Amino acid sequence: MREVALIGSGVTEFGELWEKSLADLVAEAGITAIMDAGIDGTDIDALYIGGMSAGRFVGQEHLGSLAAEVAGLSDLHIPATRVEAACASGGLALHSGYLAVASGAYDVVVVGGAEKMTDVPGTEATNILASAANREWEAFFGATFPGLYALMARYHMHKHGTTSKQLAQVAVKNHHNGTLNPKAQYQRKISVEDVLNSTMVADPLHLLDCSPITDGAAAVVVASVETARQFTDQPVRIMASCHASDSISLSERSRFDALPAAVSAARCAYRQAGVEPTDIDFAEVHDCFTIAEIMAIEDLGFVDRGQGGPATEDGLTARDGDIPVNTSGGLKSKGHPVGATGIAQIHELMLQLRGQAGQRQVEKADIGLSHNVGGSGGTAVIHILEAI
Amino acid sequence: MAVPRYWREIPQRYNLVGTKCGSCGKIYFPPKVVCPTCRRKSLGHMEDCALAGRGTVESYTIIYAPPPHFEGEEPYTMALIKMDEGCYLMGQVVDLEPQEIHIGLRVEACFRRIYEDGTRGAIQYGYKFKKMEEAETP
Repeated sequence: MREVALIGSGVTEFGELWEKSLADLVAEAGITAIMDAGIDGTDIDALYIGGMSAGRFVGQEHLGSLAAEVAGLSDLHIPATRVEAACASGGLALHSGYLAVASGAYDVVVVGGAEKMTDVPGTEATNILASAANREWEAFFGATFPGLYALMARYHMHKHGTTSKQLAQVAVKNHHNGTLNPKAQYQRKISVEDVLNSTMVADPLHLLDCSPITDGAAAVVVASVETARQFTDQPVRIMASCHASDSISLSERSRFDALPAAVSAARCAYRQAGVEPTDIDFAEVHDCFTIAEIMAIEDLGFVDRGQGGPATEDGLTARDGDIPVNTSGGLKSKGHPVGATGIAQIHELMLQLRGQAGQRQVEKADIGLSHNVGGSGGTAVIHILEAI
Repeated sequence: MAVPRYWREIPQRYNLVGTKCGSCGKIYFPPKVVCPTCRRKSLGHMEDCALAGRGTVESYTIIYAPPPHFEGEEPYTMALIKMDEGCYLMGQVVDLEPQEIHIGLRVEACFRRIYEDGTRGAIQYGYKFKKMEEAETP
């Protein structure tokens, strides 16, 4: 396997972007990343695009061909592949692009992720998102997506003593970070009281424990390390790219206070990169719900099992803490266009590793980790990146 | 939703028919064609097996923001239930006040309406859970 690097990235603004179509978003993110990398269309060997459910959100499938068309690359007839793993579609698209370059099949690939979620009403969007769970044996009986994470939250609270206030602190921290991200959907601070007083969605999760419904896209350019130097002085090396799966049904998991797929992907990633959790300087984790970030920092080995709540309360994961988590604002504040999320996390890692994160730049940013989850934990994709 | 999609799940949803692995004896619900423990050895040895319907609440949530078919029913309680046979099921817990639900509560399955496909569509039935009525002898 060859060494693989990232040489450019771009994101659109995240939010309710009524004036922009799915195609507009894909084109904007893709072209921004291509310009950032300094490559030309003829340098691109293949395209990968992550998207969860454009078929149901906007009635559009066949995203590979769509991406080639809007990027002005149709005449080159390059391979263009759509990748789907619910909310981990973006991360998995990057894993696919990584494998293609590492194998030697391609030298330069563009990997994007996009979702246009606000063309349907909120209840319909919620129903579409429920297709990431088991339709016949979970959603059929009235389980919602927040409901599945609420079941894990209640279990975590019962087993480890995690509190609603600790969950709320995840949202407070991420909103605080989001105020420094001009691309974020919500750029305002909230308080623990705001979270605890917000509408209950699925007990114990309040509205402000949940990530929003968002339009957005992101893209990165992947190249072999030897090719990367032709285009940029600031390549970022992919130290690890790991993908793990688990049952789609929550009821078939081996435990409910962790995501075993994330634990497995993390183990793979640390081994591949040759690093320990303590070597990670900062991370972007999949905080689709506040409990998800608590479990993520435990699954990644940043803290012991059950210590995610207290550690968050103590500021371990704050921007000035020992391991800053979700400096972008995370899914909670930056927004969660499901197919784009995994790539938007990589964009944040690249900004930090290249010292381009502006006001939210963390002091030590040599090694960063991204943690992207599909469904209630049926897929996990973890990347570890370093500045070279 | 097309009726056959739910019609074919009737044995499981009405009578809790799962699968027992003839090789290791483990019981699964919903039914499986292969045992994840025995894998190849289990092929051809997976047998239908109805659950007794009794279990214990392992975790729960109260849904306040329901999906389309369940609008107007909120708040309702959903639980992850460990069945006495060892497998876990997801289902609503009914006939109790929301504050009565707790981890460790003993429940039993009951046959209920799940939702209606509009005013003219099929009515979907299946299992929900309620508090166990009779005291159990340990």
